[in-house]
Amino acid sequence: MESPSAVDAIGWALRRDLRVAMRSKGELSVELLFYVIVVTLFPLATSPSRDTLATLGPGVLWTAALLAALLSLSRLFASDFRDGTLEQIALSPAPLVGLVSGKIAAHWLTTGLPVAAMAPLLGIQYGLDAPVLATLALSLLLGTPILSLVGAVGAALTLGARGGGSLLALLVLPLYAPVLIFGAGAVDAVRAGLSAAPHLSLLAAGLLLAILAAPFAVSAAVRIALD
Amino acid sequence: MLEAQSLAARRGYATLFRDVRFSLRPGEALVVTGPNGSGKTTLLRMLAGLTAPFEGEVRWRGEPVAPFAQALRDALLFNGHSSALKDELSAEENLDAWLRLDGERVASEVIAQALADVGLARQRRLPARVLSQGQRRRIALARLRLASRPLWILDEPATALDTDGLAMLAALVDAHLDGGGLCVAATHQALVLQSTRAQSLVLHAAVA
Repeated sequence: MESPSAVDAIGWALRRDLRVAMRSKGELSVELLFYVIVVTLFPLATSPSRDTLATLGPGVLWTAALLAALLSLSRLFASDFRDGTLEQIALSPAPLVGLVSGKIAAHWLTTGLPVAAMAPLLGIQYGLDAPVLATLALSLLLGTPILSLVGAVGAALTLGARGGGSLLALLVLPLYAPVLIFGAGAVDAVRAGLSAAPHLSLLAAGLLLAILAAPFAVSAAVRIALD
Repeated sequence: MLEAQSLAARRGYATLFRDVRFSLRPGEALVVTGPNGSGKTTLLRMLAGLTAPFEGEVRWRGEPVAPFAQALRDALLFNGHSSALKDELSAEENLDAWLRLDGERVASEVIAQALADVGLARQRRLPARVLSQGQRRRIALARLRLASRPLWILDEPATALDTDGLAMLAALVDAHLDGGGLCVAATHQALVLQSTRAQSLVLHAAVA
């Protein structure tokens, strides 16, 4: 018997969380449905004029993605914390950083990825044209993993805290602001006929930084939560 | 070899226990008893490296171990208060996931056999959600049967088990000790061990 490596740990957590997610499809579709509904409500509440909608579109599609991510964060560690799985994970010989990375990856695959895939379809409602929709999808593909990574830090820090849900929103939403600015900014730039490259590069840089730092912060926070 | 040196725990301003000391050699068990709130779970979490002691230190194989030390995590099988079962997964999948997490590669027939041995032959493909408390505990017994960890720390392992299950648990602990393993268990029910190498530690109600 030898201790599992970090790669084994990522694979273990990813497989397990995806399997659990596939068995509870109801929970899984809630966030996506929430996203679809919020995005669809805006055109109903504002003017149906093409110009207004095209101006609003990128902001609404991005803000709703933030809220959908926030909605799903409480699920990331809370049930593992409640049923004792988190204790077992933290005490296993496998590196905790790998295990939480796998969990975060599973979270993104079940929440961020479907949202990024759905966004271009919903963007049609706002009269956005093909290049804009492509940038929207790309910016969400780069941005939603940051939402999962940063959100995981918040979720781990608020484990066991009373009123953890609302505390989590207060903690995480300000940190989401830069992602929103550059994400929606990329889409707006293309709409204005400019290049989205600077915005997307900054998003990609943010993603790399989050991938490097967040798993370590999360595993430290998990250990504190278990004490 | 697991040693505790003048361990103390506090909750808020109240001292749960102080000056807990023992030394456990391979093949020995420690049975911790005491009334509710006397700190049994806290002591076990300290020994497992989940909580830092307020005073004193825990030593494993002669070395002091900090919380989440790799040396301890490599040797430990911790069975906590909560079942750590995923309701969505079957008994078989839950057990398999635990063993993989421990770094053990166990064939699926062996897992099926271990579940049959603890009386879950027909339930092994059912989601854990539909199992009774006792049956969930029996999955933990199957894990004890297959794991090859030297140090077992078991928090209330007897809860919800019937007489048959209790006998199975005692037999597993005995076999573990005979193989040179160590075991610390907190329990309300009497755990009837064949082994004569069981020490007992009684925690008293909290002192102010």
